[in-house]
Amino acid sequence: MQAGKDDIQKTGGNGPSLTREQFTQAFHDMLLIRRFEEKAGQLYGMGLIGGFCHLYIGQEAVVVGIQMALKDGDKLITSYRDHGQMLAAGMTPRGVMAELTGRATGYSRGKGGSMHMFSREKNFYGGHGIVGAQVALGIGLAFANKYRGTDEVSIAYFGDGAANQGQVYESFNLAALHKLPCIFVIENNLYGMGTSVERASASHEMWRNGEPWGIPGRRVDGMDIATVNEAAVEAVAHCRAGKGPYLLEMMTYRYRGHSMSDPAKYRKREEVDEIRKTRDPIEHVRQILLDAGTTQEDLKAIENDIKAVVNDSAEFAQTSPEPDAAELYTDVLLEA
Amino acid sequence: MATDILMPALSPTMTEGTIARWLKKEGDAISSGDVLAEIETDKATMEVEAVEEGILGRILVPEGAQNIAVNTPIAILVSEGEEVPEKSAAAPQAAPAHQTDDAPVASPVSASAAPRALSTPEPEKDWGPTAEITVREALNQAMAAELRRDPDVFLLGEEVAQYQGAYKVSQGLLAEFGEKRVIDMPITEHGFTGMAVGAALTGLKPIVEFMTMNFSMQAIDHIINSAAKTLYMSGGQMGCPIVFRGPNGAAARVGAQHSQCYGSWYAHVPGLKVVAPWSSADAKGLLRASIRDPNPVVFLENEILYGRKFECPTDEDFILPIGKAKVEREGAHVTIVTFSIMVGVALQAAEELAQQGIEAEVINLRTLRPLDTATVVESVKKTSRLVTVEEGWPFAGIGAEVAMQVIEHAFDWLDAPPVRIAGEDVPMPFAANLEKLALPQASHIVDAVRGIV
Ligand SMILES: Cc1ncc(C[n+]2csc(CCOP(=O)(O)OP(=O)(O)O)c2C)c(N)n1
Ligand SMILES: [Mg+2]
Repeated sequence: MQAGKDDIQKTGGNGPSLTREQFTQAFHDMLLIRRFEEKAGQLYGMGLIGGFCHLYIGQEAVVVGIQMALKDGDKLITSYRDHGQMLAAGMTPRGVMAELTGRATGYSRGKGGSMHMFSREKNFYGGHGIVGAQVALGIGLAFANKYRGTDEVSIAYFGDGAANQGQVYESFNLAALHKLPCIFVIENNLYGMGTSVERASASHEMWRNGEPWGIPGRRVDGMDIATVNEAAVEAVAHCRAGKGPYLLEMMTYRYRGHSMSDPAKYRKREEVDEIRKTRDPIEHVRQILLDAGTTQEDLKAIENDIKAVVNDSAEFAQTSPEPDAAELYTDVLLEA
Repeated sequence: MATDILMPALSPTMTEGTIARWLKKEGDAISSGDVLAEIETDKATMEVEAVEEGILGRILVPEGAQNIAVNTPIAILVSEGEEVPEKSAAAPQAAPAHQTDDAPVASPVSASAAPRALSTPEPEKDWGPTAEITVREALNQAMAAELRRDPDVFLLGEEVAQYQGAYKVSQGLLAEFGEKRVIDMPITEHGFTGMAVGAALTGLKPIVEFMTMNFSMQAIDHIINSAAKTLYMSGGQMGCPIVFRGPNGAAARVGAQHSQCYGSWYAHVPGLKVVAPWSSADAKGLLRASIRDPNPVVFLENEILYGRKFECPTDEDFILPIGKAKVEREGAHVTIVTFSIMVGVALQAAEELAQQGIEAEVINLRTLRPLDTATVVESVKKTSRLVTVEEGWPFAGIGAEVAMQVIEHAFDWLDAPPVRIAGEDVPMPFAANLEKLALPQASHIVDAVRGIV
């Protein structure tokens, strides 16, 4: 990528910046997650996806901005709100959607579902349904990086609600004590189910929650891709240099209910509309690209491509077979 | 192209709902995310958001309409300038395969519960010369051998390194293997167990020492939800080669919170293996096998046994298979099935019984999951009588499972109802006399056997 006219200097204001190529990629990756999740919501509505299904709509800039700062071999782990992470990690929309519908072609061959998918190839370690568990597991991924003597880092994503779990602080201590290359990412979307963050945490500055252990932290505008990326680059450099863990508090927002069956009566419709209108991470990048001379047609082409990919994944997820009944008994234990 | 907007399922259980209110009217422009209508479900009033953009061409189901089945077309969405069709474009969508009655459903009897043909037990391999060592030495030698053999193996836990182990089981390991591989942990079971499981998911092979298994309850979520279930939840991608070990059950006079058997707790869980050694040979051979096993293994030791001496093969390659019980004493009149420290108690009872002319067969289970049902059943077919012995609580204990297996596989051979001997159904008391009363004694076994032979 050449510097010069393709370089977009600012994301608006005086914030950090990305190149046009990076913005275009980010626009694509974020929109893929958005459209994928909308489609998942639709399939849920048609009864094709059952059980729990937690959508990532609104939070796309967080995973996409962080992913752009990573390299092959870096490891990822998150909660049940995992579709966005998986797509950002390069897992296929087909494989993810087919797992959502519980089909044999899904990432877990239909045995994991929305909350439990994994990919060894993409270093994605799940997909965990117990709030906070992925944080302790996440430092284990970082422990493995260090044990093997690589410079790989691990990212442990968790929510503002999970940030109140005791094991998160045990993990902070262990990671700091052993200087583990782990980036803790709190996705502060202001709610843990129906409980607003003020009603759940006496800490109003979660980015400082690692301070007693000397873990550097930053609060980041998680709706702004360039800011997210800049913070992630800094955190990654810190971890790769062997300086121990880093904490990022990403201020973000989920537009949909906690899961599909959440009537979301704990917040006003206007609150959602306001954030959608003024802080939407995708519209923000769309505007930057348009201002920089990208044409509506260019963007439309990207949108059309994504639409085709998402529709294809939905088709695949509906036409793939359910797992064979014999699959019930496989994968309980490995052959010793 | 005109598309139908269907009555959505807004919860896992919703089958029909009521259109409470339309928030958009015919002719309105719609963009994705707009709230179209409010729907009352069995649980709540929910908003329906548009997923596609276009013009709301026609409302097919008016406000107030009740009991509208999921997937019924409720409106038609058209593109700008497009003619609005009168009726829904498509017939209501067929329900997906997984909701129909004829969907392939597995038999309700699980494979492991269903009676299956049992293979005949093989005789144990002869490992040649033996020497007397303590169980503690056996465990220590097993870990040292596996640490030497595989650089991915490491030991972590409280006081395992500099202090040489709270019960000295890891004595000398720090000196030989260094602090990278023998790692002291702060008192933070939940955190370090999660960390070890995370490392195991990447392919490393941690040995997690719990100072005692009582404290594993702080970490039981990671043992079960993270270690045992991930292979299944990942469709076979993520194995978890890890050992959770430590002293289990009653020690001596340490009270209720430090005296509990976790055999039945962990043996309940598919995705785990559970091993409970008695002798030094059990301890050494099975710990080596547990460390090499690609699955999560819970390894239940016993503090009182740590200092006991037993003959143990000296062969450098000595190892025992997980899942195989050992007949410690042969006899024709009754089968006593037990594990861990109670094997010794049962052998003592068998000795007394022999003096009274009753020959008891004593089976040391060695592994609780997978249970060696074949060895137990073969013995009961010979003796026609079963007594189970364990130190833990009786209700839903290992004895209950063993008896059920025998009923399933050898009911017709039984000449008497199985008898279960277990710890008393109370928290462990502190007073010396009460503690003794709470635990199974050889005399209980003798009495039980005499009652059915
Ligand atoms: C240990 C545990 N307790 C409770 C739950 C139920 N639960 C699932 S998600 C959730 C809210 C978590 O909120 P947050 O961490 O902010 O994540 P978000 O859903 O906002 O992404 C709760 C209470 C659970 N899954 N695990
Ligand atoms: Mg939250």
